Amino acid sequence: MLSWNDILILLPELYLVAAVCVLLLMDAFIRPEQRNATHWLAIAITVITAFLVVMGQPAGSGAVAFGGMFIRDTVSEILNLFTLITVILVFVYARPYLRDRKIWFGEFYVLTLFAALGVMLLVSAGNLIMIYLGLELLTLSSYALVAFHRDSRLASESAIKYFVLGALASGSLLYGMSMVYGATGTLDLMQLHAGALQTGMPNLLRFGLIFMIVGIAFKLGAAPFHMWLPDVYQGAPTASVTFVASASKLAAFGMAYRLLSAFGPGDLLHQWQLMLAVLAVLSLVIGNLVAIVQSNLKRMLAYSTIAHMGYLLLGLVNATPSGYAAALFYAISYALMSTVAFGVILAMSRAGFECEEIDDFKGLNERSRWMAFLMMLAMFSLAGVPPLFGFFAKLLVLKAAIDAGMLWLAIVAIVAAIVGLYYYLRVVKVMYFDKPNEGVELRPQADAPLRWVLSLNALALLGLGLYWGPLISWCQQAFAG
Amino acid sequence: MSNHLLSLLIWLPMAGAIPVLIAGARGSTSRWIALSVAVATFIASVFLLVAYRTDGPLMQLVESYPWIASLHVNYALGVDGISVALILLTTFVGVLVIVGAWDVIKDNKPHQYMAAMLVLEGLLVGVFCATDALLFYVFFEAMLIPMFILIGIWGGPRRVYATLKFFIYTFLGSIFMLIGLIYLYQKAGTFDMATLAALPLTMKEQTWLFFAFLIAFAIKIPMVPVHTWLPDAHVEAPTGGSVVLAAVMLKVGGYGFLRFSLPIVPDASAHYAWLVIVLSLIPIVYIGYVALVQEDMKKLVAYSSIAHMGFVTLGMFIVFMLVRDLHNFDAANLAMQGAVVQMMSHGFVSGAMFSCIGVMYDRLHTRRIADYGGMVNVMPWFAFFMVFFAMANVGLPGTSGFVGEFMVILASFSANPWIALVAAFTLIIGAGYTLWLIKRVIWGDVTSDKVAAMKDINGREAFVLGAFALAVLVIGVWPQPLVHLMGGSIDHLVHQLAISKT
Repeated sequence: MLSWNDILILLPELYLVAAVCVLLLMDAFIRPEQRNATHWLAIAITVITAFLVVMGQPAGSGAVAFGGMFIRDTVSEILNLFTLITVILVFVYARPYLRDRKIWFGEFYVLTLFAALGVMLLVSAGNLIMIYLGLELLTLSSYALVAFHRDSRLASESAIKYFVLGALASGSLLYGMSMVYGATGTLDLMQLHAGALQTGMPNLLRFGLIFMIVGIAFKLGAAPFHMWLPDVYQGAPTASVTFVASASKLAAFGMAYRLLSAFGPGDLLHQWQLMLAVLAVLSLVIGNLVAIVQSNLKRMLAYSTIAHMGYLLLGLVNATPSGYAAALFYAISYALMSTVAFGVILAMSRAGFECEEIDDFKGLNERSRWMAFLMMLAMFSLAGVPPLFGFFAKLLVLKAAIDAGMLWLAIVAIVAAIVGLYYYLRVVKVMYFDKPNEGVELRPQADAPLRWVLSLNALALLGLGLYWGPLISWCQQAFAG
Repeated sequence: MSNHLLSLLIWLPMAGAIPVLIAGARGSTSRWIALSVAVATFIASVFLLVAYRTDGPLMQLVESYPWIASLHVNYALGVDGISVALILLTTFVGVLVIVGAWDVIKDNKPHQYMAAMLVLEGLLVGVFCATDALLFYVFFEAMLIPMFILIGIWGGPRRVYATLKFFIYTFLGSIFMLIGLIYLYQKAGTFDMATLAALPLTMKEQTWLFFAFLIAFAIKIPMVPVHTWLPDAHVEAPTGGSVVLAAVMLKVGGYGFLRFSLPIVPDASAHYAWLVIVLSLIPIVYIGYVALVQEDMKKLVAYSSIAHMGFVTLGMFIVFMLVRDLHNFDAANLAMQGAVVQMMSHGFVSGAMFSCIGVMYDRLHTRRIADYGGMVNVMPWFAFFMVFFAMANVGLPGTSGFVGEFMVILASFSANPWIALVAAFTLIIGAGYTLWLIKRVIWGDVTSDKVAAMKDINGREAFVLGAFALAVLVIGVWPQPLVHLMGGSIDHLVHQLAISKT
């Protein structure tokens, strides 16, 4: 069964598993003051994996391995690449933060890389079982990452919440999958469409689909399945949140795409279109309205994530290639924007000072012009103000919603965007228009890689806003086949 | 060089902002860099005036490169006579606000102020020469960011409230336009504005689109009842912010009507012209009365801006009555020319008025009318300029304020004498609030010791006010070159409006 070709297709993942095991072993034998070795090795592993992902791509799309369990196409390539990029960003941003809090252990790198492996398997899955396995690898690693600061009661509390609700969602997903299997007789995503067309139990299939959508909505953090998100964002160490906020949203998009596109066009389409539309509206409204009253920046960003997932769903509602391309574009833009926002929080935190209240950013422009500028780019991009990246992502999902004939949905989305504008502007206002608090020291970490990479990351929001042609063509090409 | 002139005009000030920021807050290096960038931009825009041929094609100096190839979005620029005039206005005001702010914000991050001004200038030029609707939208929205910062950092006591209101209000308006543009894109497959103007649309579609555009541009101009952000923003903005806001940013609203509402949805515009005409007459009369009772000078001028911009929209929409019902193309041309001349004139006059108030504010740090009085005794040169601009604001013949308003009133008379009668009221009310302001602030005896201690304008201030005065006088006495510059473009537009698209 196992052919050489299968291994070639799976090479990046196989390499990552092996390398992470080596990393884990190596870390066990080095002294804490040599932790930098782990740090750079982890980054090197990620870079090599990303290289393998790009180079290993066979010509044309849709190389299938292991009897349909695993699909390597352009969609998985894009998602893998951006996941690995966010992982590198997380590593670079997290180092000073972890060191200051004395939780700079090798496990952080190992867990993050395992989670990234989960993402890679998940977004390349060709089978329901594979989806489940990838998802569990991702989420189990994420639970541990959230609980990483084990002396912090808040972190433990949020990890428990995350775990209990996450397990419930996984259960729902698995339950839905079993129903779908019962109705169609197959677990293979390629054959699901045919199976769904000739099923004798349409109700069972429908229920299965509903349960699966609940699972997806939970992973995305779409309302009304968003309850875990604010607590996790606020309670978990910021370093872990950066990963959960960026890479796992890419994964959630990948999962949603694999599952929903498997059912293809037909009767079911309208049913889940409507479900996704309802989820989108709820997320947009709840996320944006509740974010207004938050005083904790991380919690505000959590609600903003919920709203952003609403926008992402607009792209999925229209189950056409251009809709999926818009949603993928949105997921990428969100991942890059949230890493900047959390990156600035990480850069401004010090030992004993989390810098996570919005008021902590008062007068940042007077203390650190550059950090304030980077944060401003992130905020305007999140708010969707041109010429930043976030605007064009919003433009495309709005277009997708209008293409799907859901003008009302697009109008709800823009009204929500106006509401959302307020709380992003508030952060800019605090940084630029307020005077700094007396006696509070606001100085960014003097970590050179952090500063450079963060600057690059934030300027990418501007650069990709000015020139996003190649990226959108790549996304469109991924779904064209 | 001449085929990249427009790009140069957009990107030179924006790129110039980077060295200004790097130069830092200390010393005057950053200000000198900013000034030289602004002057260079102004000189480049004079080249634009030279390069533009009034007998040439409709859109000139065209640049077009694929921006997002897969969506057929282009980085497309081009100018007609109206754009050239507005770009010149922008770069002219761009130099004057930098000179005007020279010493005023010396101690409060001057480099950031100058950089924000330069970015804003580049974006404004971009708005006036974009021929791709998405590119237009990007410039249109992006200019909110520097303005938000300008009002928020260097503004008055209630600046945070004012700037948030300004940003959210204008964002609200334009985002409905975005939906309209996406809808048009779906039908036409392109954002090219000339293609959109030729796109056949049903009356129902046009109606929806008309209102989407109306919200966006009515807020920007602003029209009653969505004008309430303007007095707040003007009062709290620093002098330079007020000048750019009044002189150029409000024109973007009028320009939007010219580029979107009128050519893309002409039938709906014709159908709802009465609505816009009513909404233009209300501020001309009502806002004039509101201005009369203001105690804050900046608020008074802000309200007078709204009243004057009423003439712009009146002139633009009266055209429909003239071409569609009466087939009077000469009067229609006159109305449209009046509207655009009024935009230019208001740019200079309101910019000058706000600069005058800035001069007073820098000395006494109050904008209340009651705190001043008898300034002619202590500041004769300043009084000379202030009175001159007040006359222009009233619309005295010989100043630019007269030309535009007179043309619009004359054209409205052909359409409907009653409209002309109501519009002409502004000459009385405008004279009322402006002259009363002058009486209280400039004439009479010196009212307090503080006023007595005020020093007359220095050379820098005289330069700013003098430049404004020159522009006001030239357009007032000899408007022919300006009318000639825009004549062909306006004639084309007016004829376009006569043809139904349904």
